[in-house]
Amino acid sequence: MIVGAQKPIAEIKQIIAPYQKVLILGCGTCVKTCFAGGEDEVAVLASALRLACKTEGQEIQIEEQTVERQCEDEFIQESARAAGRNQAILSLACGAGVQAMARRFTTTPVLPGVNTTFMGVLEKPGLFTEECSGCGDCKLAVFGGICPFTRCAKKLVNGPCGGSQNGHCEVSSEIDCAWHLIIERLKALGQLDNLRVYLPPKNWAASLSSGPRKLIREDHML
Amino acid sequence: MKNESTGKLQRILESGGFAVTAECGPPRGADAEIIRKKGELLKGFVDAVNVTDNQTAIVRMSSIAACAHLVTMGIEPVMQMVTRDRNRIALQSDIMGAYSLGIPNILCLSGDHQSFGSQPEALNVFDIDSMNLVRTVQTMREQGQDMSGFALKGAPRMFIGAAANPFADPFEYRVMRLAKKIDAGADFIQTQCVYNLARFKAWMKMARDEGLTEKVHILAGVTPMKSEGMAKYMAKRVAGMDVPEGLIKRMGGVAKQKAPEEGIKICLETIAELREIPGVHGIHLMAIEWEDAVGPIVSEAGLLPRP
Repeated sequence: MIVGAQKPIAEIKQIIAPYQKVLILGCGTCVKTCFAGGEDEVAVLASALRLACKTEGQEIQIEEQTVERQCEDEFIQESARAAGRNQAILSLACGAGVQAMARRFTTTPVLPGVNTTFMGVLEKPGLFTEECSGCGDCKLAVFGGICPFTRCAKKLVNGPCGGSQNGHCEVSSEIDCAWHLIIERLKALGQLDNLRVYLPPKNWAASLSSGPRKLIREDHML
Repeated sequence: MKNESTGKLQRILESGGFAVTAECGPPRGADAEIIRKKGELLKGFVDAVNVTDNQTAIVRMSSIAACAHLVTMGIEPVMQMVTRDRNRIALQSDIMGAYSLGIPNILCLSGDHQSFGSQPEALNVFDIDSMNLVRTVQTMREQGQDMSGFALKGAPRMFIGAAANPFADPFEYRVMRLAKKIDAGADFIQTQCVYNLARFKAWMKMARDEGLTEKVHILAGVTPMKSEGMAKYMAKRVAGMDVPEGLIKRMGGVAKQKAPEEGIKICLETIAELREIPGVHGIHLMAIEWEDAVGPIVSEAGLLPRP
């Protein structure tokens, strides 16, 4: 899923400062799961902003709504009427949702309320970890299902650097050394010999490096 | 297979000699005089001088330029090059440029992560890894081609070095990684600073058992310690460093003004032991911001005159 974290309230206040009527629009899919922008977070943020503005003597009307997904037009449509009643939309979706909303509502400012951080998993309750960078050329089969391009701070292709100690990355003892995990995993799979093979430089042409990508499925086009 | 390039380091190693290299960090500024002063301190005591490439991710004069200053002084440089800051286009371009300036040796590294440096906000590159860089230089030299297969007008015929850290984990993988670097094209290896001799010897034995010491020249890294503080700092703060508790105690056990002397004594004992290890073909003396210690150490160790 896409993982994000709500922006600090001070930054949100600054972003919406020019407007008196604001729609806070939640998204019911990824950001709901990571507690950044679902229905509950919309309600809490709306209350906090109302209270803060009242304390500071600022006029503001906040409307709340949450749609299933802000990255699909079918769901975005549901917010059209509320969007029309407000001067700005504070979107609690990921960056893709914010942009899909902006594409739809051409005359209403759509503002981000969330910092979109990564594609990852819920490792355990309250802990989300980054696992994939969407490079467009998946090599997980070679690495025992652990991605060094995402999980090694140096994107190393051919083994760990000299900074790997006790299973930790040199960048921080809070980060697992991806290569340590890969070696342990390949050992368990009896595939350690994978690592004897020289791997050529990664082809980044399939990644964002070539510019924003498109996926075309003609069989699904209308 | 080997090229006919003419570096002194290569000649010494390939003729079975015991090589001595040192390290020289470029200044945080554009003053070439600083490099020349360091060069003067090292000249005649070592066979080649490594020039670091923005080490610890702190911006300094470029390795390639500092190497070129040394070349004009008649000092042979080993240009360190990290994959942290340049993509494959820039790396290949700089390799050709460096060779054209008379720089015959390269040490291929991935580089310290930028989060250690003074500008942690920087974007890193890591388009290719150090292993890929070794292979790239080898392909340029042996096939005369760049990474696209284009035939170069004049191949950079560099003597290729790579790093190895016998003290990083997982230990049993470290020799496998060394083998891979040799297969990729490394001619010589410079190791992380050796303080834990027992572990280094175990690593060397594994390398010998795999026949790797027949295929590559290993130069053991040594760094004299100036103080107990430095020993503690390296033990705790420097990634991939293994300083045994006994050595820290020894540095702390002498009066503060005697500590540099003690550090040099430890360094000389280490060099003596390293020379006895089969497969060690030289030492790489990294006297960090202490270049004037190199001459006395090399002399005291009985490694003079240099060929």
